[in-house]
Amino acid sequence: MISQLFFLLLTSVAIYVFAKNLAKIRRNILLGKDIQLNDNKAKRWQTMIKVAFGQSKMAVRPVPFILHLIVYVGFVLINIEVLEILIDGLFGTHRVLSFLGPVYHMAIGFFEILAFGVLVACILFLARRYILKIARFQSPELSGKPNKDAATILLVEIILMAALLTMNAADQLLQSRGAEHYINAGAFPISSWLAAPLFVSFNNDTLVLIERASWWFHIIGIFAFMNYLPFSKHFHIIMAFPNTFYSNLKAKGELNNMASVTQEVKLMLDPTTSTPEGYAPPTSFGVKDVQDLTWKNLLDAYTCTECGRCTSSCPQNITGKLLSPRKIVMDVRDRLEEVGKNIDANNGSFADDGKNLHSYISEEELWACNTCNACVEACPININPMEIIVEMRRYKVMEQSSAPTSLNNMFNNLENNQAPWQFSPMDRANWTLEG
Amino acid sequence: MSDFRVKTMAEVAASGEEAEILFWVGCAGSFDERAQKITKAIAKILHHAGIKFAILGTEEACTGDPAKRAGNEFLFQMMAMQNITTLNMYGIKKIVTGCPHCFNTLKNEYPELGGNYEVLHHTTLINQLLQTGKLSIRGGAFKGQRITYHDSCYLGRANDIYEAPREIIEKLDAALVEMKRSRTNGLCCGAGGAQMFKDAENGKKEVNLERADDMLETQPKVVAAACPFCMTMLRDGVKHHNKEHEIEVKDLAELVANAMEL
Repeated sequence: MISQLFFLLLTSVAIYVFAKNLAKIRRNILLGKDIQLNDNKAKRWQTMIKVAFGQSKMAVRPVPFILHLIVYVGFVLINIEVLEILIDGLFGTHRVLSFLGPVYHMAIGFFEILAFGVLVACILFLARRYILKIARFQSPELSGKPNKDAATILLVEIILMAALLTMNAADQLLQSRGAEHYINAGAFPISSWLAAPLFVSFNNDTLVLIERASWWFHIIGIFAFMNYLPFSKHFHIIMAFPNTFYSNLKAKGELNNMASVTQEVKLMLDPTTSTPEGYAPPTSFGVKDVQDLTWKNLLDAYTCTECGRCTSSCPQNITGKLLSPRKIVMDVRDRLEEVGKNIDANNGSFADDGKNLHSYISEEELWACNTCNACVEACPININPMEIIVEMRRYKVMEQSSAPTSLNNMFNNLENNQAPWQFSPMDRANWTLEG
Repeated sequence: MSDFRVKTMAEVAASGEEAEILFWVGCAGSFDERAQKITKAIAKILHHAGIKFAILGTEEACTGDPAKRAGNEFLFQMMAMQNITTLNMYGIKKIVTGCPHCFNTLKNEYPELGGNYEVLHHTTLINQLLQTGKLSIRGGAFKGQRITYHDSCYLGRANDIYEAPREIIEKLDAALVEMKRSRTNGLCCGAGGAQMFKDAENGKKEVNLERADDMLETQPKVVAAACPFCMTMLRDGVKHHNKEHEIEVKDLAELVANAMEL
């Protein structure tokens, strides 16, 4: 009874804290500017099912695709067992879903195989990152916290799967010995050879202790992991779904139109242009800080799992330039977290801290971008680093007039000669006169 | 042009005629010496296919693409509105461009500013003309030759046009050899995003030289391009490796015009 109450308390606290942190992240995301992404619902569901649920963009790289698929399927299906653990924990039952009979038997057996697959995949993931040292995991933006985050996720998953298999090993021995409370249920194709042989010499009391300890460890581990998510790149397991739902459905080549500029330009070209009721000239252009980005850009930042496919396909990064699309997205998240904490510390309003997004992202990075969309194409969950770069360029040019000299020359040529070079506009059709 | 005269929209309008399609030449196609050859090839192909086309001539101005990509939305919109005024004045409905950047901007970024046209890149139009039999390639000047195609970012990823250029190469009877990075995974030539007009940032290598390695790996006779800016970058890459006498960099329009002996 005490353990059931304790379990109830634990579950409630875990869910409460998780919900609270989710609400905070939602608040942070909504600091962004509004953008309408609710059109074409059918296409949006389709994109989400294909890209997030179906992982279609992962398949480009077969090895990580298969490893990731095992972990993903394992995560989704093994969580069905967590449902049983929750019921057992609250009502003091044991393997409450075993009334399903053969289906249950097969499911538990399948989960064991999956758990083992997840365990192996995570070990291979660790090996790729820390032994094979795959290039995209060695970028400077990953040193420190992001690297620790990656290792933590993989180790926790390995430990959780090991706990599940240990629990099953002890359980099956208790079942076969006819121990009280341990009804015969489930198949154990992995733990029967991997862990059970180690335990055969133990008496029933020790086995119960191992089984209970693993059970508690597993479920506490899951609660702890759940509450780690909002602070980790692993948050993508949730955010991938809304983020792909709100994907850009237009051609990738289209950069958004700045409506605030349109009105100004119309007035400039024709001062008699009528302005809409209540029209106020824009006060700023482009992105200075995270609040100037759209909520989708901010959703992107919380969705990023730092896989680096964007960076490893960026022509500028490939050729050794400072620009790394992954860093751009990570910087947005870091700055947004900082702004969020600032708001929390100042009773709900942001107090100027003398910093902005440009304190994180340098001009050298911004001006290197080819706007080639390679990063956008590469992202398995439809994050758009390029848009952030262009918006920050807009701030540099239209607010600070700080474009590189060569680009200012190009702007001047456009204004004076209607071409980016210094040719006379009157010579534009001269090619027609030649053979 | 030697055997026909390219008319401007102003001339067409003055003579009371009508043009089916506007040929948007673009700044590179108008002024860059190398790109002018592409422009002429496109004009010859259109003329040969019996299409009534015209250009804007001195009334054409940059679409504003490099300004927009460089963050100067003011300048972009000024250029765009000026062009839209001209285009709408002539009642333009259909446009073919010689440049993927012009194509992308006219097609995707002009509608919101009041410019709504059917916009085609020249590779799409040429492919259509070949499919419908308005153009036919005989003679096989490129028969069996190794041709690799460099995907322009603004045709490929930006607008999902991957097939038309490849279908043209197929019709040339050439052997299309793909680079290791192609289609959605194609590597940029290094010019886009206004990089054409500035020096690169510090790094290990120029982007076009990285791309040149991909091209050379396929041991091509011809590198096919579909963008005047890619053309500049790829040619510089080939020259860097002193291969300009072995490998030709040609626009698809030039290849078709060559094959048809236009």
